[in-house]
Amino acid sequence: MSLALREALLAFRRAPLMSALGITTIAFSLFAFGLFGLVALNIRAALLEVEDRVEVRAFLADGTSEDAIAALLGDIGAFPEVREVGYVSPDSALARSREELAEFSDVFDASVLPGSIEIRLREGSRDPVTVQAVSDRIATYPAVDDVRFGREWVEKLYRIRTVAVYAGIGLGIVFALVAVIIIGSTIRMAILARAREIEIMRLVGATDGFVRLPFLIEGTIKGTLGGLLAVAMTWLAHGLITRTLFESVFFSPMQVAAGVAAGAALGFVGSLMSVGRHLRAVWRDA
Amino acid sequence: MSGVLRLDAVTKEYPRTGVAVRDVTFAIEKGEFVFLTGPSGSGKSTLLKLLSFAERPTSGEVKVSGFSSTSLRSADIPQLRRRLGIVFQDFRLLTDRTVEANVAFALEVTGTPANAIGPKVGRLLTQVGLASKATAMPHELSGGEQQRVAIARALANDPFLLLADEPTGNLDERATRGIVQLLREINALGTAVLMATHDLSLIMRSGYRYLELERGVLLYDGTDASRLARHQ
Ligand SMILES: Nc1ncnc2c1ncn2[C@@H]1O[C@H](COP(=O)(O)OP(=O)(O)O)[C@@H](O)[C@H]1O
Ligand SMILES: [Mg+2]
Repeated sequence: MSLALREALLAFRRAPLMSALGITTIAFSLFAFGLFGLVALNIRAALLEVEDRVEVRAFLADGTSEDAIAALLGDIGAFPEVREVGYVSPDSALARSREELAEFSDVFDASVLPGSIEIRLREGSRDPVTVQAVSDRIATYPAVDDVRFGREWVEKLYRIRTVAVYAGIGLGIVFALVAVIIIGSTIRMAILARAREIEIMRLVGATDGFVRLPFLIEGTIKGTLGGLLAVAMTWLAHGLITRTLFESVFFSPMQVAAGVAAGAALGFVGSLMSVGRHLRAVWRDA
Repeated sequence: MSGVLRLDAVTKEYPRTGVAVRDVTFAIEKGEFVFLTGPSGSGKSTLLKLLSFAERPTSGEVKVSGFSSTSLRSADIPQLRRRLGIVFQDFRLLTDRTVEANVAFALEVTGTPANAIGPKVGRLLTQVGLASKATAMPHELSGGEQQRVAIARALANDPFLLLADEPTGNLDERATRGIVQLLREINALGTAVLMATHDLSLIMRSGYRYLELERGVLLYDGTDASRLARHQ
């Protein structure tokens, strides 16, 4: 193992330019992925904030008693999807409307606005299907006249998020493939550069696994370094955006670690796929 | 059947160039020294490749130290190679490493414990007469000295058989004699040697058994050097 590691490191020392080129290319493909991830992350954060405002409003029949309202609040508040409920009396609804639409304040009068219950849903229960189901359930109460929620609004939000997620996954796969191919070709070059060593290893009886190991280590190291470099570049880009455009969020430490691990995994897979094929080509002569 | 090495009706046909070795049968006993000769292109290198399992016979059977070409899996080849030493006309040293690193390489890649490698390399270099050049780079050595390094490397795993493909082909008269002398010393310690050469005077002077190939066919197997005098 230690010898394999030494051989792998020797490859960097012997071909520093090629190694740097390989790492940089991997870093740039992961960087592109990182940038997209950052965009997706920020869309997600923004969506969560907007989603937080998704609310269902149940309008109550005129003359619903205070006891009935309290019972209703208790019932709806106990729904698993519901985070909080609140009663909006006709008076406070009026006050709110006047505040929001100051220039029309005259047209409102307490009698036109019914009392209502405002329902905010828990995170994870804000997709159109769940919101509809909760609304339907609330509508079955006799004291409830009408249930409203911004259906289009909810559905649009949800679609944006779905598109963002699938686009992220799609681009991720494309960039992962690019990284695997790049690592594969740097390993190919490394194998050709070390054809002599490999030939001698075969000659004196090194096992296939032993011959492979340094290349797998080399690929994994390159992937890891590429991943780290990509994180650094993404972080710089994030800093630049925050300073010049708008406040944005960065990946959590776990997400950063996962990104570097993904680089390592890509490096490993890339070298694994390349090493068998190209070693066979080199060995034909030994 | 006996012998550490045996070929039984071995034929090797290459896809594009045709038959390189045809119906060859012979055996080599433990500790023997045998020459392999024949004109260029007669199949000497192919025969040695068959013995190291770098090539598989098209028909017939190659048996080396209990490994048979009819049953050997490619995963077994490393185990076989560790029991063989192989040297070539062009030395095949790693030019970016010192003499001792070249010899150590063979031990490292075959799993020799690290603390055993240093002393073993020292012994091997002493055996081939290069103890004083351990830290030299290959290009700083003469051809004969480079071949000694290659031989030290070939001996690293204590082979029972040394295969040498024209090891003196690139060397002058004096270096040639030195290498042949070294191979005889190695043979005297119990390692069988099969050495390909087209230098007939070497064979005649030694009086050893020799195999003569011509266009892939084994023309002669014996010790009668007077035949060679006629060739010359
Ligand atoms: N790898 C190969 N592929 C195809 N033909 C080969 C190969 N190696 C050797 N040959 C052919 O086999 C014949 C014997 O070659 P070789 O064994 O190298 O002879 P020698 O070592 O006696 O000069 C030649 O005709 C050569 O062209
Ligand atoms: Mg030859």
